[in-house]
Amino acid sequence: MAISPSLESITEPTPLDAAAGASHGATLEADSITAWFGSNRVLDRVSLTMPSRTVTALIGPSGCGKSTFLRILNRMHEQVPAAKLAGEVRLNGDDIYSPGHRITDTRRRIGMVFQKPNPFPTMSIAENVTAGLKLTGTRISRGDRDDLVERSLRRAGIWDEVKDRLDALGGALSGGQQQRLCIARSLAVDPDVLLMDEPCSALDPTSTRRVEQTIEELRDDVTIVIVTHNMQQAFRVSQQCAFFLAEQGTPGVIIESGRTEDIFGSPTDPRTEDYVNGRFG
Amino acid sequence: MTVLDERPPAFQDVAEPRVIDPGLPTADRTFRGVVRVIGLFVLLLTSAIGIFLGLQAVPTLQKYGLSFFTETQWEPRSNTVGIAAVFVGTIEVALVALAVGFPLALLTALFISEYAPPRLKSSLVSLVDLMAAVPSIIYGLWGFMVLQPHAIHLSRWLATYLGWIPIFHVDTDATSASWQQSSFTASAFIAGLAVSLMVIPLACAVMRGVFALAPLGEREAAFALGSTRWGMVRAVVLPFGRGGIIGGTMLALGRALGETIAVLLIISPTFDIKWNILSVGTNTFSALIAGRFGEATATQLSALLTAGFILFAMTIAINTVAAIFVNRSRSGAATEI
Repeated sequence: MAISPSLESITEPTPLDAAAGASHGATLEADSITAWFGSNRVLDRVSLTMPSRTVTALIGPSGCGKSTFLRILNRMHEQVPAAKLAGEVRLNGDDIYSPGHRITDTRRRIGMVFQKPNPFPTMSIAENVTAGLKLTGTRISRGDRDDLVERSLRRAGIWDEVKDRLDALGGALSGGQQQRLCIARSLAVDPDVLLMDEPCSALDPTSTRRVEQTIEELRDDVTIVIVTHNMQQAFRVSQQCAFFLAEQGTPGVIIESGRTEDIFGSPTDPRTEDYVNGRFG
Repeated sequence: MTVLDERPPAFQDVAEPRVIDPGLPTADRTFRGVVRVIGLFVLLLTSAIGIFLGLQAVPTLQKYGLSFFTETQWEPRSNTVGIAAVFVGTIEVALVALAVGFPLALLTALFISEYAPPRLKSSLVSLVDLMAAVPSIIYGLWGFMVLQPHAIHLSRWLATYLGWIPIFHVDTDATSASWQQSSFTASAFIAGLAVSLMVIPLACAVMRGVFALAPLGEREAAFALGSTRWGMVRAVVLPFGRGGIIGGTMLALGRALGETIAVLLIISPTFDIKWNILSVGTNTFSALIAGRFGEATATQLSALLTAGFILFAMTIAINTVAAIFVNRSRSGAATEI
């Protein structure tokens, strides 16, 4: 397996790190992640640092292991029977897979937004936002809860659209609104990191733009990692980019990663250049 | 003279829609015919049973009128026949079966669908299904020989400590050292315990089927928020499965109302309306019919069939309500975009 020369640059701190200063959010480091489904290896020694105040975009053709990598970052990978992994994922230096780290705490700190909007359909909009508190057994006073609902919905950029119908069912919203409701729900438990798995692939262009705006607004508080098949989106929303590829039956690797303008403007690997310019994948 | 419409065909007024030949291949036509006949036959058979019972019930109902529903005794020779006592007994046995069976079925279904390791799942499913395959005479014998001698201690305990609640009251001194064991045998409670074993697999299978359909997206959403498994079950699986829980329970109730042989073996028949379920003696529709059928004269047979008709109507009504609940559940309908 050829390890691309650019792989070394991954572990070096990016310039963005220094700019971050006093940390909002947290730094997430994936160190030498290898993943299997049964005996099928889908990722091979993938390392990537996702600094705070940065949106990291994971790009690459279908089946290259981006989503698997993302799900490893908050321990959703092990939901799948026969899924295994090696390597470490460190949140501010702590390995989230080490014994003594409760899986529920890890998932609360590293939130996730899914490809298909998945609000709880039997709960109201307000109940959806506070679902994370209920599920983690966190008590909150009534006044605080109303504040939290408003703050989370504002951060997700959907407050003005739903403020008059907080008691309506979450499933009654449009797809784009549902997705932003899901973002609000993730934000309500105050995560350090937000993982987004193709959050706009089921949405129309207007809703997509709205979600991208939301991502831009959240960047200062939450470390964001987003999987996307849309090159323009990756270019628009991210400051850092990692290109995944799984060639002819080999497990997925990161071919190249770095600042987004470098990946799109002057990629060092010809495969990256081909992909970001839409020549394959 | 005819006026020619010179507009192109698509804009001409159409008086009637065109008849379209579905163009089904012969194989499809044949299969559709066969399936239709068999389907109608089953419907016809069920209706025929209902109509037969209904017709048989007419002379009895004409003869006894409303007293058929209010009379407790069943003495055809002295011309007093009524279903009040068996009606109450049937409901009591069925409710005991549900009170015991419902939590067991619900928790078993939850365990199998949410907690059991994947390797064990299929064996557990077949094990529960096997419970449904055991003939009810076996449950009856087991209930009589094995369960009853032990269950009377539970009955006595309930009568001692909860006897102030009318349904648990027994007319004997349950606290005395040499207690009258026979006061506690052959009761609605013990018959209900045996019947509960028969309805658990039915309720469990329906509930498990619905739980398994709870959308993966919503399950993952709960986990990704840091939920425990129990939190996920409460937030996603139980709300989703509500229709299945209610429907499965109603189906179980329908089954419990009609259970015959196990009840017949356990109870000692009485014809009084009794609210205390722990004390000896009760009766149910099906046990009455099975017990009196052999030596019945024509008039008595008609009376028994009338009782059967009422049981039939009760179970049909309950099963219909159950079907409505199962169909109305969100099964298969995940979040729509």
